[in-house]
Amino acid sequence: MIPQLRPALVMMGAFTVLLGLAYPLAMTGITQGTMPRQADGSLVTRGGTVVGSALIGQSFTRPGYLHPRPSATDPAYDAGSSTGSNLGPSSAALLAQVRDPATAGGPAPVPSVMATASASGLDPHITLRAALRQVDRIAAARGVPPADVEAAIRGAVTGPAFGFVGEPIVNVLGANLALDAPKG
Amino acid sequence: MAADLIFFALFLAGLTLLGMALGPWMARVFTGGVRFLAPIEAALYRAAGVTGQGQGWRAYAAAVLAFNAAGFVLLYLILRLQGFLPFNPQGFGAMEASQAFNTAVSFMTNTNWQSYGGETTVSHFSQMAGLTVQNFVSAATGIAVAVAVVRGLAARSVADLGNFWIDLTRATLYLLLPGAILITLVLVWQGMPQTLAGSVTATTLEGARQVIAQGPVASQAAIKMLGTNGGGFFNANAAHPYENATALTNLVQIYAILAIPAAFPFFFGHMVGDRRQGRAIFAAMSVMFVGVLLAAYFAEAAGNPLYAGLTDPGVGMEGKETRFGLAQTVLFVVATTVASCGAVNAMHDSLMALGGMIPLFNMLLGEIIYGGVGAGFYGMVLYVVLTVFIAGLMVGRTPEWLGKKIEPREMKLASLTLLVMPVGVLVLSALSILTGNAQGSVQDAGPHGLTELIYAYTSGTANNGSAFAGFGANTTWHNTMIGLAMLVGRWGYVIPVLAIAGGLAAKPRAPETAGTFPTHGLSFTVLLVVTILIVGALTFLPVLALGPIAEHVSIAAGQAF
Repeated sequence: MIPQLRPALVMMGAFTVLLGLAYPLAMTGITQGTMPRQADGSLVTRGGTVVGSALIGQSFTRPGYLHPRPSATDPAYDAGSSTGSNLGPSSAALLAQVRDPATAGGPAPVPSVMATASASGLDPHITLRAALRQVDRIAAARGVPPADVEAAIRGAVTGPAFGFVGEPIVNVLGANLALDAPKG
Repeated sequence: MAADLIFFALFLAGLTLLGMALGPWMARVFTGGVRFLAPIEAALYRAAGVTGQGQGWRAYAAAVLAFNAAGFVLLYLILRLQGFLPFNPQGFGAMEASQAFNTAVSFMTNTNWQSYGGETTVSHFSQMAGLTVQNFVSAATGIAVAVAVVRGLAARSVADLGNFWIDLTRATLYLLLPGAILITLVLVWQGMPQTLAGSVTATTLEGARQVIAQGPVASQAAIKMLGTNGGGFFNANAAHPYENATALTNLVQIYAILAIPAAFPFFFGHMVGDRRQGRAIFAAMSVMFVGVLLAAYFAEAAGNPLYAGLTDPGVGMEGKETRFGLAQTVLFVVATTVASCGAVNAMHDSLMALGGMIPLFNMLLGEIIYGGVGAGFYGMVLYVVLTVFIAGLMVGRTPEWLGKKIEPREMKLASLTLLVMPVGVLVLSALSILTGNAQGSVQDAGPHGLTELIYAYTSGTANNGSAFAGFGANTTWHNTMIGLAMLVGRWGYVIPVLAIAGGLAAKPRAPETAGTFPTHGLSFTVLLVVTILIVGALTFLPVLALGPIAEHVSIAAGQAF
């Protein structure tokens, strides 16, 4: 192994400079120059303040907002420490959580996404079906016609993926920004 | 459901085309036909004192070990000293010693088991100069070893397998780096951050303060997939919306995982001058891929009987992301565990009992369904050696592969590698239980707890890196033992397979006769699949029965724990 030491050390050093510094820094430079919005994390601003990222879920608990999924991070939607619950399919703790209408967001059966925590704890979406169930609550809280609420939700829909896989989904922050926007 | 199955079929067609296109490119790269970075290559070889002289299998293996050792020491030092190094906006201190040992082994062996949470433990410097570098070079090492093995099979009566330093450099410069640059650009375009900032603070619509962790994510994620490494920038890995923003990034990342592994059989066919040989191996891999994909899909689609009437649909979304739903989650789960990737876009711990058994099964087979970059192919070579031996016994002739006699030395070495998974998984898990170290780390009660433990040691030994993440792996015992499992799982294959290749390279190639058992065509493919299933899977049936199968039966009987 001794004759291999020199190439091992030199190669390791050279690759550290090339792949560990030159490559990521060059990619940072190129993407910051050509796609700064994405490279900086797709931040959303309103009135000059950053209100979040279009890709990262945030907590909504007021009745006038569209509610996201439960989150396993502590506190919910902590974007500095992503995690899922990792509770297994036979977990009694998880079953108790889903059975409790307070945490499951209403009487059974609730849409699966609204009763379960996502993998990241930062899921920015819920399914369109789960969103439409919240229309009446939001409309009542805001004192606006349900049709306006539904329009705001439908404006934030994407999918199905590639036009045919899965179901349509709603970006919760996007829908809530539309709900808050003055009617023009 | 029909749409999901069509999606899978289109995916597989795309993968086949990708493999067929990339295989011949790899043949050009590793025979010296690609030279556009020749000046960089030449400078590197001069500085390193590499002459380009061919190496026998012992020298080749020594070079691999020396390079691994250098990589391990450097990464360990970076993790321990990150508090004093630049690009540390969050001000993280040194990683604890047993965790740094585990992490350095993990990235050096292409496992990327993560006993740490990325955004809460590791500085940007460690991510870039430490982890990203190993993502490249551990992948290039696996590729180099597999290339040497292919050369050994293709050669006639020669003593050397090529030069490790040249193979390593070419794999990096002509395969991994261009691929990673391309993938980085696509991922950023779709929303993956690439910045040196540590975090951004937002004020949410409800007035709360949200600190959003960021960093040079895309450049790391690109190679973590292409090199089947799997170590994420964030704790939630490719489930984190920044690390996998859309259906397109999900698809691109899955293709990145499987591209090089799927190209290897075609590369092999090209190198030995008989493409049917490569196609037979690719076919065996694909048949098994379809099998495990459908098994996982239907296990998840069946839903959880405990939740019937409680949620609609009964499909468990616990630990899954809305934007991926069922089909894109299952495809990722299967791809990441048939290869030695280990990135996750869902929490495997929360999969259905049988849905979680499939990734475990994929790893226990030794990750040879496409497999890790290089590692999948040389793992498959060992199964082919076994298969031709068994076929030889059945027809009563000396077993041959590509005109080379498979003799006792080859069989002994191949049989030795069959012990790697049982030792790493069963022996080390049993030790963990006997010493009381397992009980404190499992999160879930009942059979699921056993599955969490088995999954951890399987993932380590198979150099996968995915986890049933409820398992508390960050203890001195598990950091050390899983670290050892990763080493055994890497070198326990690399050294014997190089020894086999060295032996075969020296043998003459006998002409094919009417009595030769052909190693292409349907009967060989079927025999290969059957051998893999019997030899690879049967060992672990008892432990699977006690873990996921027992859990499945309990759930069906309405029992939670």
